[in-house]
Amino acid sequence: MSEELHDVRLRINGATHELRVPARRLLSDALRHDLGLTGTHVGCEHGVCGACTVLVDGRPMRSCLLFAVSAVDSEITTVEGLTERDGSADGRLSPVQQAFAECHGLQCGFCTPGFLTTITAGLRDNPEPTEDEARDMIAGNLCRCTGYANIVKSVLRASEIARDA
Amino acid sequence: MSTKLFGEKVQRVEDQRFLRGKGRYVDDVLVGHGDGGVLHAAVLRSPHAHARIVDIDVSAVLDLEGVHVVWTHEDLGAMAPQMAEPLPLLIPHPQLTHGRTQYALAKDEVNYVGEAIAFVVADDRYLAEDAVGRIRVDYEFLPPVVGVDAARAAAHLVHDDVPGNVAARMEQENGDARAAIASAPHTLSLDLTIERSASMPMEGRGTVARWDPDIGRLTVWTSTQTSTGVRAAVAAKLGMDLAQVDVITPDVGGGFGVKINHPWPEELLVPLAARSLGAVVKFTEDRREHFISSAHERGQVHHVEVGYDDEGRVLGLDVQFWHDNGAYTPYGLIVPIITSTQLLGPYKPGSYRVVFESLYTNTVMVTPYRGAGRPQGCYVMERTMDAIAAALGRDRTEVRSVNFIQPDEFPYDQGLIFQDGRELEYDSGDYPASLEKLKALVGWDEFPAFREELAREGRQVGIGLACYVEGTGVGPYEGAHVHIETSGRVKVAIGLTTQGQGHATAFAQVVADALGVRFENIEVVSGDTRRMPYAVGTFASRAAVMSGSAVHLAALRAREKVLRIAAEALEAAEDDLEIVDGVVSVRGTDASIDLGTVAVLSNPLRYAFDEASKAATQFSVGDPGKPPVAEDDEPGLEGKDFYSPERSTFANGMHAVIVETDPDTAEITILKYAVVHDCGRLINPMIVEGQIQGGVAQGVGGALYERMAYDESGQLVNASFMDFLMPYVTEVPAHVDIDHLETPSPLNPLGIKGAGEAGVIPSAAVFASAIEDAEGIPITAMPISPSELFELRQRHEETS
Repeated sequence: MSEELHDVRLRINGATHELRVPARRLLSDALRHDLGLTGTHVGCEHGVCGACTVLVDGRPMRSCLLFAVSAVDSEITTVEGLTERDGSADGRLSPVQQAFAECHGLQCGFCTPGFLTTITAGLRDNPEPTEDEARDMIAGNLCRCTGYANIVKSVLRASEIARDA
Repeated sequence: MSTKLFGEKVQRVEDQRFLRGKGRYVDDVLVGHGDGGVLHAAVLRSPHAHARIVDIDVSAVLDLEGVHVVWTHEDLGAMAPQMAEPLPLLIPHPQLTHGRTQYALAKDEVNYVGEAIAFVVADDRYLAEDAVGRIRVDYEFLPPVVGVDAARAAAHLVHDDVPGNVAARMEQENGDARAAIASAPHTLSLDLTIERSASMPMEGRGTVARWDPDIGRLTVWTSTQTSTGVRAAVAAKLGMDLAQVDVITPDVGGGFGVKINHPWPEELLVPLAARSLGAVVKFTEDRREHFISSAHERGQVHHVEVGYDDEGRVLGLDVQFWHDNGAYTPYGLIVPIITSTQLLGPYKPGSYRVVFESLYTNTVMVTPYRGAGRPQGCYVMERTMDAIAAALGRDRTEVRSVNFIQPDEFPYDQGLIFQDGRELEYDSGDYPASLEKLKALVGWDEFPAFREELAREGRQVGIGLACYVEGTGVGPYEGAHVHIETSGRVKVAIGLTTQGQGHATAFAQVVADALGVRFENIEVVSGDTRRMPYAVGTFASRAAVMSGSAVHLAALRAREKVLRIAAEALEAAEDDLEIVDGVVSVRGTDASIDLGTVAVLSNPLRYAFDEASKAATQFSVGDPGKPPVAEDDEPGLEGKDFYSPERSTFANGMHAVIVETDPDTAEITILKYAVVHDCGRLINPMIVEGQIQGGVAQGVGGALYERMAYDESGQLVNASFMDFLMPYVTEVPAHVDIDHLETPSPLNPLGIKGAGEAGVIPSAAVFASAIEDAEGIPITAMPISPSELFELRQRHEETS
């Protein structure tokens, strides 16, 4: 019962990837297991926790609820693509990433990629959120470690870093 | 000049990789090459809570393309005889007279929905799940036992050979509680329940194994809280020498207790498959599997009898409780023993008796979840304190005050045996000072005016408090190894694992201070049995106490050796040397030598490999009249030490919350949450506060939202994040006010007490206290949802 495979071309973090996948292959699995972009994490596989959030044409979407074949023709950004190029091997942390480091916005780090992508998009829409707006921005992502307080602080701090840059 | 790093809010080093998406969690291991060569496992799990397995038909799967292995119980013994035996009972106890553990794959009978029956390995997870779906099992249904009431009634048995469903009955008594209650001026009795919840880390369980036939060695990566425990279990079960098995704990996406239980069936089946197939095999648990096959906790029913005097002083306390241990008891009696002992909190009742029964049910087994029995005990004790205060018409803080152990009474022996088999003896604390801080922080004395003010607006608020003591840093031991390389960089290995607590940062702070090395030149590795084969694990808020102390001691040993070699090289007395930023110098002179050079000198060489190492070769150094390595010495610049305390150290804390309850909808809103916490000296206050914040949020979930909803047939009906309500940011208090009191532990060199579990311990207690205060209705069952509060109001109106 060989599965029919489909050739797909995915644009991820500015690079083009070609792969052959069955129609049912989730985008999250294609990113992680076919392309080795393991920064995107899978926490529930039913779209509730938000750990697998990637940006699809700039909008946060759950990669566990998308098929790889349906992501063709989209520009996808994963956590690996948030870092800014500065000539160094690792790149420079984006304002959101930097803010998480400063505010202790993560503990085990498993949910973090989904928060980082979500907040990156959120701050693009609303660069200077109030604290309430910051809470709204992250209200669809689960974290079991931090209690969220430092993630809210991180959103506000990221806004400051981006403004001062 | 370096400044001391102990006590500083140092940013975490591990965040750099996490933030870049470069963390390495277990499902990430050996990915990156198109996943080629990695095979994936899936497990057939019982859909029934209690059934006999009549027949398993795997014929539809055997010839499926892409499927490599289909195993049931009958296949295991031929590959490794021990694999056909039940899984280990990790913590035996004399009172655990009827301990039972499951098989890696069920033999003849299943005892909970989710129990592993068959194991499939295929080219990818999709194919493996397809195959699992084609296995046919014939069951003969047996009546399920669900919940404490059904277990106690024992109309049906979970295990045929366990009468009354009782795994264990245990009793401890200090004084004569029943006599004290009988002669007390006042008495009360309470019936209290607390429901099931679970750790629910964002990353479930997972295991990867690779068999290397060229060197006859098995490497296992697993998302665990004890790599040494898994290593020993894998070796024993697969019939291998310990020396053939390496267990590496990669980054772990949260544990909260559930990953201390081991070995999970997949932690054995994956290595077995890797060895028999000669391939890399991976198992990654999905969320539904985590709900129905990883452990739960909390569920207990308590009956309290208490006798007290006019001031509210407890003269006698007699507690009976029933602990739902689920279908099996791999973790022994740890949870109920902790409940039964830590229930006492910061108080000194005149006498205390506790009796519990640990009961089997046809549900997922119960092993520690953050707090590990303490939340239940705290809830029961604090409900009792509130009930006494209500009966006497006294302030709840006054009743607690008269029962507190006083600062001059430490060490205080509670006259019981704790979870580690040692006396329950508190080492330190200042409970009256903590309470004063808490009252100030939450505004206890101002609350009546606040309540009146809001009442005028038609709003209803209540305040609650809860106090706890937490035995942390249980033994038997932890170790650390500190290696100063010839580059001057310092490599530190600890044996226990890390799952988000920032060990790589906190322990580097400890080493930086002890050794005089720059923080950025220190790298800490945890949970890798190749680097530190002797270790216990990460649980019971023990990492900072145990590994922190071991790291400190090991660094001091390395420092001793540095000073000895440097003194010789610099021709100075050791006492005149200081180490700053990795350079050893003679105080008040220019004479100095860097640590890298000291490391070179520590290892007499025959062969140079670079410029620096020439200094250690045989024609350059050494007294020709002496052996190059002295009899009592060894080559290399290393320090290794172990810390093994006499007993646990006891952290403590108090929480207070102000809640508003909606008069119409019974919605419960948190207006203020305050924490006073005493975990001794803080290595990194940022990390400690993060632990508390996170614990409080988890506690809010446990008190107001989370429960395991089993139906009468033993189906877990809310086994998804859609139905099991874990708090989002919208459910947790926007701000938690935290104040610290530092009474250092006298038991360890750094004065540390553990902090990891603290935030979650008093949650059920503090919310019950506040909601009861707001509503004027006794709260005796937690968690409580708005609809339950609504029904409680209706029942209360009907009866009053």
